[in-house]
Amino acid sequence: MSEQTATRGTGRHAAIPTQRSGRSRAPLSENKKAERRLGWLLCAPAALVMLAVTAYPIIYSVWLSLQRFDLRFPDQREFVGLENYVTVLTNQFWWTAFGVTALITVVTVAVELVLGMGLALIMHRTLVGRGIVRTAALIPYGIVTVVAAFSWRYAWTPGTGYLANLFSDGAPLTERASSLAIIMLAEIWKTTPFMALLLMAGLALVPEDLLKAASTDGATAWQRFTKVMLPVMKPAILVALLFRTLDAFRVFDNIFVFTAGGNETSSVSMLAYNNLIRGLNLGIGSTMSVLIFITVAIIAFVFVKLFGTAAPGSSDDERR
Amino acid sequence: MATETTTRAKLRWGLLDVIVVVFALIPVLWIASLSFKTPATLTDGKFVPREWTLHNYRTIFETDQFVRALVNSIGIALIATAIAVVLGAMAAYAIARLDFPGKRLLVGVSLLIAMFPQVSLVSPLFEIERQLGLFDTWPGLILPYITFALPLAIYTLSAFFKQIPWDLEKAAKMDGATQGQAFRRVIAPLAAPGLFTTAILVFIFCWNDFLFAITLTSTEQARTVPVALSFFTGESQFEDPTGAICAAAVVITIPIILFVLFFQRRIVSGLTSGAVKG
Repeated sequence: MSEQTATRGTGRHAAIPTQRSGRSRAPLSENKKAERRLGWLLCAPAALVMLAVTAYPIIYSVWLSLQRFDLRFPDQREFVGLENYVTVLTNQFWWTAFGVTALITVVTVAVELVLGMGLALIMHRTLVGRGIVRTAALIPYGIVTVVAAFSWRYAWTPGTGYLANLFSDGAPLTERASSLAIIMLAEIWKTTPFMALLLMAGLALVPEDLLKAASTDGATAWQRFTKVMLPVMKPAILVALLFRTLDAFRVFDNIFVFTAGGNETSSVSMLAYNNLIRGLNLGIGSTMSVLIFITVAIIAFVFVKLFGTAAPGSSDDERR
Repeated sequence: MATETTTRAKLRWGLLDVIVVVFALIPVLWIASLSFKTPATLTDGKFVPREWTLHNYRTIFETDQFVRALVNSIGIALIATAIAVVLGAMAAYAIARLDFPGKRLLVGVSLLIAMFPQVSLVSPLFEIERQLGLFDTWPGLILPYITFALPLAIYTLSAFFKQIPWDLEKAAKMDGATQGQAFRRVIAPLAAPGLFTTAILVFIFCWNDFLFAITLTSTEQARTVPVALSFFTGESQFEDPTGAICAAAVVITIPIILFVLFFQRRIVSGLTSGAVKG
């Protein structure tokens, strides 16, 4: 593109030679170099901040995870190799938290995919009140998670809440199964709209004539959905699933407000937080950080394998 | 575009619309209802308050705890948003318009960061910020917010930038503008709607954060509202914090509701262009 610009620029120059400075008349390779330099220059600050706040701390946390380092007993700090990893990986609290996190991730993402698809179809195809639906659906996305969590918590608190009174069988937030169900409900409420928005972007790519053609050929609504829409939407679905899976795996805010990790409802994030801030144990906390990072990396890797070439960014250049 | 705009189809869609609206609004209305209840009726379990009062709002604005947190929240979110949008705009411009090696790498890295488990940073950042004296300060929160807002900003903005007509930039350069001038004088004003949308999304992200705010602060000096809310319970000076928590929750929900009401279309296009079109 810039080559064209340069040649056309110089072409014009021939007509009015005195007015232009020498820069645009410089050889093409100079121009190319300048473009590269500008590109790097413009990206450098963003890249530096992102690396400084993620890459360096991750490396540092690997280093911390190899030490016995408890802020309550700072003089006992020493290098212990993989001892922390053995401690964490043989600890039943870790595996319980891991199981809880995995359960929440799988259940919420699966439910959100179904509900999100429904919501996306409504937002995309509704004949009346499209603006209202889209506005309403954005509210859960925008609301501060902690605010929504308090709302749900009070709704389920016996005495205060309308929901607790509806299903009057004691205090649901004091039992494990019902607590987990409520945590998942709150997560689903909060993030389904985001899923739906991503899916709606995929729906917008489905050609209208294709749907019409299918319906003229006698395809039922269900057939149009599975045979026409879903294949076109596949990349959007995968992106939505990837984003939501990794996001669900980080579940923290809701659990903090609902149970603070009591009754064995800790997620891995909650457990790492408790070890760090409540326990002030930097060694164990960092070990958990590293383990969570590795788990997420594995999930992302599996998804990217599934994506193939459809990964966002990889198709960035040929899109326009 | 609709072929069968019959009354029945409209009714059916209308019913679905109502379900969606109710689904989305119930928790918000519920916490608003709680915030207007008097202490005596707070535990009646009714969805609509029997007696209305502004007592809870008066209480929270009279206490330092909430006002300080609100100032922190607004200040931190605004500064982080401003920096993230500026840095993001620079990078997005380069990605959308310039050809340089390492472009794909940057796009890839920012995608990785968008999916990064934030909790993995909690322990190391806690220790690093303690050593650097950033713990429990505004910059200590602004830095991670910028980092996690940047991928969002870069994706959204580069999608917007790609929609801006090339010819204008060419024309500007023909008139003797440099790349940098073309950016500042021609592209930036055209990109203003995109910048604005991105700013809203980034602001919502910063406004929402709980994990960093609770791990990287310890006092009112930098504690944001979501964290302050969870500290109203127990150790606070309020007799029953429920009403106060709800009132504070409503206060920090108001900007979000306003954004959503006024900029619904932009938020939708920003979120979807950023996440899917890449």
